[in-house]
Amino acid sequence: MSIALLPLAASGTLIATGVTLLLERSLVRVLAGVIVLGNGINLLIVTAGGDAGSPPLLGRFEPERMADPLPQAMVLTAIVITLGVSAFLLAMVHRSWQLTGSDEVQDDTEDRRVRLRARRGELVDAVRARREAYRRLVAEQRAELAGLGTEHARHAQGAQDAQERAQRKRLRARQRESRREMRQAIRAERERQALAIDPELEGDD
Amino acid sequence: MESVISVPVLLPLLAAGVKLAIGGRLRRLQSLISVVTLAVTVVVSMLLLVEVDAHGPMVTSLGGWPAPLGICLVADRLSTLMLVVSSSVTLCVMAYSVVNAYADQEHDAPMAIFHPAFLVMIAGVADAFLSGDLFNLFVAFEMLLSGSYVLLTFGGTLSRIRAGATYTVMGLASSMLFLFALAIVYAATGTLSIAQLAVRFATLDVHVKLLVELTLLLTFAIKAAIFPMSAWLPDSYPTAPAPATAVFAGLLTKVGVYSIIRLEALLFPGGPVATLLMYVALATMLVGVLGAVAQTDIKRMLSFTLVSHIGYMVFGVALSTVQGLAGAVFYVVHHITVQTSLFLVTGLIERRTGSTSVNRLGGLMRATPLIAVLFFVPAMNLSGIPPMSGFLGKLALVQAGLSEGGPLPLTLVAAGLVTSLLTLYAVAKVWGKAFWRAPQGGPAGAVVESDESTGADAIVTTTAMPAPLLGATAALVALGLSFTVLAGPLSSLAERTAGELMARDPYISAVLGRGM
Repeated sequence: MSIALLPLAASGTLIATGVTLLLERSLVRVLAGVIVLGNGINLLIVTAGGDAGSPPLLGRFEPERMADPLPQAMVLTAIVITLGVSAFLLAMVHRSWQLTGSDEVQDDTEDRRVRLRARRGELVDAVRARREAYRRLVAEQRAELAGLGTEHARHAQGAQDAQERAQRKRLRARQRESRREMRQAIRAERERQALAIDPELEGDD
Repeated sequence: MESVISVPVLLPLLAAGVKLAIGGRLRRLQSLISVVTLAVTVVVSMLLLVEVDAHGPMVTSLGGWPAPLGICLVADRLSTLMLVVSSSVTLCVMAYSVVNAYADQEHDAPMAIFHPAFLVMIAGVADAFLSGDLFNLFVAFEMLLSGSYVLLTFGGTLSRIRAGATYTVMGLASSMLFLFALAIVYAATGTLSIAQLAVRFATLDVHVKLLVELTLLLTFAIKAAIFPMSAWLPDSYPTAPAPATAVFAGLLTKVGVYSIIRLEALLFPGGPVATLLMYVALATMLVGVLGAVAQTDIKRMLSFTLVSHIGYMVFGVALSTVQGLAGAVFYVVHHITVQTSLFLVTGLIERRTGSTSVNRLGGLMRATPLIAVLFFVPAMNLSGIPPMSGFLGKLALVQAGLSEGGPLPLTLVAAGLVTSLLTLYAVAKVWGKAFWRAPQGGPAGAVVESDESTGADAIVTTTAMPAPLLGATAALVALGLSFTVLAGPLSSLAERTAGELMARDPYISAVLGRGM
């Protein structure tokens, strides 16, 4: 038996193309890959059946010169099966498109968990930074208040008193305001952090 | 008598066809058909097992074509034993799903889609066990895969489509690989009949033989979820409906294991691949069980233990001794039953509480003592607490490993023991959190947080547990326990099976006739 190079090369090309497409993330490309891959392998099976010959029909052709009928029967079966599965995959692509508006394969649970863990790390850092900033702010404001107090002590008393008291009041109000903002920001970060703990709760983003 | 072999394949297919024709009507008749079909399959498989055990393998040629040319079904000890276990398990699961559908007042869909897909899948599983021809094995795989694609994406919700995409693409890739392997095999030997291949491989060039063996092994390893090819399993199985997951976990991976046993014992005995299989088994056990320890969802945890315990069976096959194979066969029988019952119980938990995450469950022991018992028994069985069959199976494998000796088998024995311990840790974690600890707010057994935000399927939770639902699960758990009582006959049957496999000749001469 001589080796037919052309069918083998063709089947190799088809299989390579099919595998490449199969590795894609879009399900439509995967489907195309499956079809191309299936054809390549079917061609390989037919080639494996040996040399070409006359049709394998008993009584009409000489059995010695017939082509091997077994690979042909197998390829027919394989084609039918590939067709059925392709139809199913197509239905799934359609359903995926209905639900998500895309045909891309989504990340699996473990991938999402890893991603969320990374995000949780970032959030922890963010909270730490905010807390640091808050602590600094409080210290600064305390220093400011203390400075005001000593100033007040130096300029004894008099008409300035009332003015100073008002100034002090404003300063305190401003301090309270900024502290509240800071606390709120930290709380928000904490909530986002809590959400990031459970991959199922967060879902896809 | 020989033609009876085809009953486990043809009957479920026929029933599936009838059900598709009936559609959503006549629900009572439909459930009756399903249950009766599977019950008949159980009886036929048992008869076959008794017959084959006494008189050696039986062969039937489909379509009247004689054996090496046409496709034949071969029933030997291994295939009939697998058939008996798989059909008993599927009967329980079918009863469970019928009752489940009735109790939940689900109309039309389960009968019209679920049952036919389920039956086609079961026919595919039976065909895979009985097939005496590699191409027919491919067709069997396609049958069971198509059935499982439908079951896995049942209802078409977002999470199931996501899981289905992974599962379907993996299934397709492995099918294509199988087809590719068939092309090489046919080009190299000019036949696909397993018995004839066993004869012809003996004279084949070593390198071609290795290529063929590795390609086939890779295909089956994907199906069996052996370590480097196992990532698809824990992501796809847990989202399917409970009865479907139970059968997937119990049977589909075992079909892969069965094929590996056939491949290694019959087609490529004593090849260099055994060492590779040892390493692979080691990695599968450890990686799988470490994954299980890290999970907080019961179904995901069980899926990881499933992967991990496939490693035990591969270990038994890799030893390539009668003792090792017998251990593997015993372990397959045990594991099909236990894993299926655990997933069914998880289905009950989900039905009761609406969740399977241990972080949201609590106090189930108080709320539903019966479910607690039904979970506890197979969970302990899985982790190998004496005197249950999990312990006996592991013991057989450990003994086989010890008698083999050498650094690699001994490492595997140690890894097997560690895996067993970690499995116990994983299930004990679930037990402690979901069953033992005080209920997390709310009434006992209630879901702590609402599942709404996940966008997952809305699950109807109910405290009503119909007796047949519990009965079907309890029957399966009892079947798992009965392997302890029947351990003597079962392990001697497993040994006879392994002996027959290692001898090879009974299978080959039954198919090809005494003269060959």
